[in-house]
Amino acid sequence: MKTEIEALKQKACQIRRELLKMIHTAKSGHPGGALSAADIVTALYWQVMRIRPEEPDWPDRDRFILSKGHACPVLYTALCLKGYFDREHLGRLRRINSILQGHPDMRKTPGIDSTTGSLGNGLSIGIGMALMGKLDKKDYRVYVMLGCGELDEGMIWEAAMCANKYKLDNLCAVVDYNQLQLDGTVDEVMPLEPLSDKWQAFGWNVLRIDGHDIKIILEAFGKAEETKNAPTVIIADTIKGKGVSYMEDICGWHGKAPSDKELMQALQELEEVDL
Amino acid sequence: MMYQKGEMVPTRNAYGQALIELGEQTEDVVVFEADISKSTRTDGFARKFPERFFNIGVAEQNEMAIAAGAAMCGKIPFVSTYAVFASMRACEQIRTFVAYPKLNVNICPSHGGVTSANDGATHQATEDLGIIRTIPGMTVLMPADVVTTRMAVHQAAAMDGPVYIRLTRGGVPVLYDESVDFQIGKAISLQEGKDITLIAIGDMVCKALVAAEELAKEGLDTTVLDMHTIKPIDEEAIVKAAVQTGSIVTVEDHQIYGGLGSAVAEVLVEKHPVAMERIGLKNTFAESGEYEELLNKYGMDVPSIVQAAKRVISRKK
Ligand SMILES: Cc1ncc(C[n+]2csc(CCOP(=O)(O)OP(=O)(O)O)c2C)c(N)n1
Repeated sequence: MKTEIEALKQKACQIRRELLKMIHTAKSGHPGGALSAADIVTALYWQVMRIRPEEPDWPDRDRFILSKGHACPVLYTALCLKGYFDREHLGRLRRINSILQGHPDMRKTPGIDSTTGSLGNGLSIGIGMALMGKLDKKDYRVYVMLGCGELDEGMIWEAAMCANKYKLDNLCAVVDYNQLQLDGTVDEVMPLEPLSDKWQAFGWNVLRIDGHDIKIILEAFGKAEETKNAPTVIIADTIKGKGVSYMEDICGWHGKAPSDKELMQALQELEEVDL
Repeated sequence: MMYQKGEMVPTRNAYGQALIELGEQTEDVVVFEADISKSTRTDGFARKFPERFFNIGVAEQNEMAIAAGAAMCGKIPFVSTYAVFASMRACEQIRTFVAYPKLNVNICPSHGGVTSANDGATHQATEDLGIIRTIPGMTVLMPADVVTTRMAVHQAAAMDGPVYIRLTRGGVPVLYDESVDFQIGKAISLQEGKDITLIAIGDMVCKALVAAEELAKEGLDTTVLDMHTIKPIDEEAIVKAAVQTGSIVTVEDHQIYGGLGSAVAEVLVEKHPVAMERIGLKNTFAESGEYEELLNKYGMDVPSIVQAAKRVISRKK
C-alpha cells in the first residue's frame, strides 16, 4: 500500500507538471483550480474508477464529470497519461481544430463523459447518469467534481435535493474546497459555511477530508462506495495553485498562464517536491 | 479617458469607465456582478462605490432577479456577467421579471459572439441577440467601439425600460471620435455607395469597412451601416439602403438566425425585398481558437464578406 501511494503521489506531481506546460503553451487557461484538483483526479483515474481507456464509451464504466470545467487541463493530462489520446494533443490546448477545447467537450475528446464549462450543471447531469444506472441495473458509479464558487449556483442545491430523493448511493460528489473563486475568497464573494451541515441537511453522507492526502482521499472514496441509500459528498479541503509556491492561495492565478520564467520555477519546485 | 482612432480596445473597458461616470452622476446607479468583475470591468465601480456594488457570486439567475427587485425600488441597476449566461441562464428572469414589468434594468454582458475565442463554445454567446430580441419591449444593441459603447451605456441609464448591451472581450478598433452622432435605435452610415450595402453590428463593423475597401479596389461602391441597435431596428435606414443599392449583406458575430440578419430580412421582406445574404455562424457552434482564425474558419472574415457581396450584386435584378 505504501509504495502504491508513493506511486500515486508521483503521478499527481507529473500531472501538475504537464498541465502547467499545457497552459503555458496555450498562453491561456486555468492553473489554480486545476492544481487544487490534481490529487483527487489522480486517485480517481489511477485507483478508484473502473475504466477502459482503450474503450472510452464502455457502457459499464464509472463516470467522471468535471463540473468545474475550466479546470480541464488536469483532466486532459490524466486522460492522456491513461492512454485515451496521444501526447501531441496536449500541446494544442485551446487551439483551433484541437480535440482539447477551452472547456471539456464530450464530442471532441475521448474519455470526457460530459461537456461542461457553464458552472452549476454537472451534478444534475451526474444524477441523470446515476438514475439510469439504477434503472438499467448496472453497477457503475458516478463521480462529480464541483468547485466551491460553483456552489453559488442554485441548481447545485436543486440537484442536492434530488439525489437524496432517489437515494443515489452510486453518486459521489467532490467539492474542491480551495476557498477561492474568481473575484476573491469564498467568504468575500458568497460565504458557504456551515457547508457540511448544509449537505447533511439535504440528506447526503458527508465526508470532510484533506484533499491533498492521497491515502485519505482513497479512504474517503472507499467509504463513499460502502455507503448505501444515500449519496456521498466529499468536501475536500484544498489549496488553489497547490504545488507551486507563487500560485498557492493567490486568486490571480485562477485564469492566467505562467510566463517562461514562471513555468521554469514551477517545474523546478514540482521536481524537488519530497515524495 | 481619450481613445485614439484605430487603437484596439475591448468595448467592455468603456462599459467599466461609463459605470464610474454614472456612479458619480447619480446615487441611483447600482451594479450587480456574478463573480467575474475583473473580466466584466465592474471592478473599478466596485472600488469606487463599494456600497452600491453587489457581488452575487456565480449565480446569474439569482443576480438577474435581484436586479429586478432593485429596479422595483426605483434604482437603475446594471447587471454584469458573460453574454451566454445573461441571455440563457437568466433568460426567464429577463423575460418575466425584467421585460414583462418593463423595468429599467440594464444588462451589459461581456464576451459577445466569438470574441471569447479560446474559451470555446461554452463561453461564446452566439445566440443571445436572437433570444433577447424576441422578448417584447427589450432594447438590444452591440456598439462597434469604445466611444459608442460609452455613449450607449449613458443613454441606456437615462432611458426607461430594459436594455441589453453586448460587449466584446477582445480589442476592436476605435472607429469614432466624440463628435459621432450616436443614438440608440439609429443606424450610423459610415460610407455611402450605389452598388451594395453592408449592414454590420458590433465587432463586425470594422470588418465590413475593410471589406468595403476591398470592394472599392474592384470598382464597387459600398454603403456601410453600423446597425448597433437591432431592436428597435432602424427600418428607415434599411429601406433607404435597399432602394439605393438594391443588394444587402448583413455581417454579425452571431448565428445567422434571430440576430441582425433576421432582423434586416424581416424589414426587407415586408417593405422592400432585395437580394440579400447573411454572414454569421451557419447552424454550427464555433470552437476554441484565436478570434481571427475563428472568423476565417467559420466564413466571417473579410474575404467571406467580399465574396458574399459579389454574389449578391450578381443576383440584383
Ligand atoms: C455559469 C457560469 N458562470 C460564470 C462562469 C465564469 N467562471 C469560471 S470559473 C469561475 C469561478 C469558479 O470558482 P470555483 O468553482 O471555486 O472554481 P476553482 O476555484 O476551483 O477554480 C467563474 C465565475 C462560468 N464558467 N459559468
